[in-house]
Amino acid sequence: MIPELGNFAVMLALCLAVLQMTIPMAGAFTGNSVWMNLARPMSAGIWVFLVMAFGCLAYSFLQDDFSVAYIARNSNTALPVYYKFAAVWGAHEGSLLLWVLILATWGYAVSLFSKKLPLDIVARVLSVMALITAGFLAFLLFTSNPFDRLLLNTPSEGTDLNPLLQDFGLTVHPPFLYMGYVGFSVAFSFAIAALLTGRLDAAWARWTRPWTNAAWAFLTIGIALGSWWSYYELGWGGWWFWDPVENVSFMPWLVGTALIHSLAVTEKRGVFKSWTVLLAIAAFSLSLLGAFIVRSGVITSVHAFAVDPERGMVLLVLLLLIIGGSLLLYALRAPVVKGTATYGANSREVFLLINNVLLVVATSMILLGTLSPLIHEAIYGEANRISIGKQYYDTMFIPLMALVAFFLAVSTFSRWKKTSLQHLVSNLKLVLIASVLLGIVLPLVITQGFNPAAMLAVAMALWIVISVLKDLYEKTANKASRLQGLLGLGRSYYGMQLAHVGMAVIITGVCLTSHYSIEQDIRMAPGDTHTIGKYEFTFRGVVEQPGPNYTANSATIEVSKNGEPYLTMHPEKRFYPARGDTQTEADIQVGFFRDLFTALGDPRGDDSWVVRLHVKPFVFWIWLGAFMMAAGGVLAVLDKRYRHKPVLLANEQAVPVVPESLEVAARVNNA
Amino acid sequence: MSNRAKLFIPVAFFFVMLGLLFYGLGQNPGEVPSALVNRPLPVFEEPDLFDATATISNEQLKGGIFLVNVWGTWCAPCHAEHPYLVEISEREKDITFVGVNYNDVAEDAREFLAERGNPFKLNISDDDGSLGIDFGVAGAPETFLIDATGTIRYKHVGVIDNRVWEDTFEPLLAEIRRTQ
Repeated sequence: MIPELGNFAVMLALCLAVLQMTIPMAGAFTGNSVWMNLARPMSAGIWVFLVMAFGCLAYSFLQDDFSVAYIARNSNTALPVYYKFAAVWGAHEGSLLLWVLILATWGYAVSLFSKKLPLDIVARVLSVMALITAGFLAFLLFTSNPFDRLLLNTPSEGTDLNPLLQDFGLTVHPPFLYMGYVGFSVAFSFAIAALLTGRLDAAWARWTRPWTNAAWAFLTIGIALGSWWSYYELGWGGWWFWDPVENVSFMPWLVGTALIHSLAVTEKRGVFKSWTVLLAIAAFSLSLLGAFIVRSGVITSVHAFAVDPERGMVLLVLLLLIIGGSLLLYALRAPVVKGTATYGANSREVFLLINNVLLVVATSMILLGTLSPLIHEAIYGEANRISIGKQYYDTMFIPLMALVAFFLAVSTFSRWKKTSLQHLVSNLKLVLIASVLLGIVLPLVITQGFNPAAMLAVAMALWIVISVLKDLYEKTANKASRLQGLLGLGRSYYGMQLAHVGMAVIITGVCLTSHYSIEQDIRMAPGDTHTIGKYEFTFRGVVEQPGPNYTANSATIEVSKNGEPYLTMHPEKRFYPARGDTQTEADIQVGFFRDLFTALGDPRGDDSWVVRLHVKPFVFWIWLGAFMMAAGGVLAVLDKRYRHKPVLLANEQAVPVVPESLEVAARVNNA
Repeated sequence: MSNRAKLFIPVAFFFVMLGLLFYGLGQNPGEVPSALVNRPLPVFEEPDLFDATATISNEQLKGGIFLVNVWGTWCAPCHAEHPYLVEISEREKDITFVGVNYNDVAEDAREFLAERGNPFKLNISDDDGSLGIDFGVAGAPETFLIDATGTIRYKHVGVIDNRVWEDTFEPLLAEIRRTQ
């Protein structure tokens, strides 16, 4: 009964979404405010029905209702309650329901926080979001219904959730990731509304910015969680593999980053309008492309869902309608949103454009790499597929990111409209000298070794951090007191700088952990010791321990530091009988400057095992930096100026292109 | 090109990509490509991973059931697959496991096998990917099942775990064993 209720709620949500995508849009074209006013209550309705559907599925999971095919395939009576709930989004059908629920949540959020927006814009934005919702709800109902029953042959026991997914990191990873992916649908819908109305001004950019920042922050956390998960759950200490599924989450992130910066230019200077709209369309389109690649099995990957070409075909049609339609609209309507202001060489506009181009180039090369097996096969025939390895991505991506880091600091000191070269040079001279000197000295002193790659990385990170500090110093120089000056800077300024420092932290983490990690996989018998640097690992053997739905071989490894007992680690190898799978459970001692990573390999007879012992310096900084970036995004969303704006009426003309915050910045700079 | 026409570049690019994805959907990557289905092994002679002076040729893959696994240390899924291969090779004594180390550094590959166990009786080093081209390898991991007549019976793309083994390999193996 409960699953049928859930199914019915999905159907009602689909009906409402179909109404929502037509009536308010028609109202916006004909000026019928009654029709437009239906947009807000209907998005609440869609959201309520999808929450009900999700609740029904979760309830059925908790009740072990194995007559539901999806539950029989992804749960088990022995599964801990927490994972029974998380199993709701453990495979294709349920995760699609979560995806649509999150889309509806964003739609509902827009309807709640859009009191200051003109009614016709709200109606158009919510209609476009409902169109996407309707498409995916139809996809869910007709090809991937999580409520399908196995009434004739109800199994008495389920086949359990994939053990790889029985982990905290992975249970929270999809919701964050989807919040990010789907969150870009808001910017997308705003872009479509702008193309339809031809209205794209500073006010439009100001409405779009917090939504984009919020989605971007969620996506940042989502990607970081996924990377963290593969670090400790896949059991070989890697944290990024350029796997297709990782790539498809990274592409919208890169374009989203470009969009955030392009929106800033559009708001402050009224230029790059057409480019901003294109990025807004591209960010969400890449999210949809990701959903397609993961769910159609068109490219094989470790993380991909079960292959189903029929589902893929339906998704492809959705892609054609949503992305193809919006890009065609863009091609036809972009001229109406053309920018008018001008800007000179060395202006902040130019530097942000350079960073935008770099980010888009990086995205294109990842897209090319991800699709290369298909491209190669299409050209050379089906027996000739190739796949591109880590090397391709590393050699393309690292130089691009070095350039991004370089221009990041340059644009910090540049001014809108026009910056004199002299101003840039005088500001950057000190930063350059300090970062290069410290970049050489710090690695030399700390590691007592000469490593040019690590020095370059540290110098690059310092280049960003020092320029942020110098900018802070200068922005507060002319205030009554430094503290007053610091308090006077807005949250969005701090958000920006926090995210930039986060990028420096990630650069440090990625480069130093790649260069200084010591990874040793060795065979150890009980009593054997192995020394890595100042750490001595003693293997004390393996004992069998029962878990709730698995049995574990749990190793004991005693670690001493500089000869003193330090800690005991218990990496495990778990066997899940319901699926016949084994799963490596690494034990990691997380530290600010280094992680100790131990994982249990295979038994080698005579009680000896293959043991993985890694000492990974600065690996924690990768996730710390990602967290700082996301926190920066959230801080920017919370900026006061997004909430204390006068109400704009539908017929009001565009506000002047230079808003007050720019004048404040100009005053600070010129004073 | 006029500015007006440039605006159509994104949509044109999208349709090219859509065509590619449509094409990709038609190709089920998990199945045997028709070019190799039920065909004999391609002729090859490639160096031995553990002895650069010796070679392994297709002649050595005859007269029994062979499982040829294409792998590389650079390939993340291969790391996940490896323990399963070790376990299955210990269980299925009548199958000769052959490793094709694909586009890899031989030194790394030897170290990998020494540390994590070597399920392979024969280890072929395909450091330039030439054998991969003969086999029509799309990427790693890929696994070919070869029967006693030297015919490729099945090609699996992606990781082999216990489930894949039970669902797809065991029925096929039962058939191969019955007919021999």
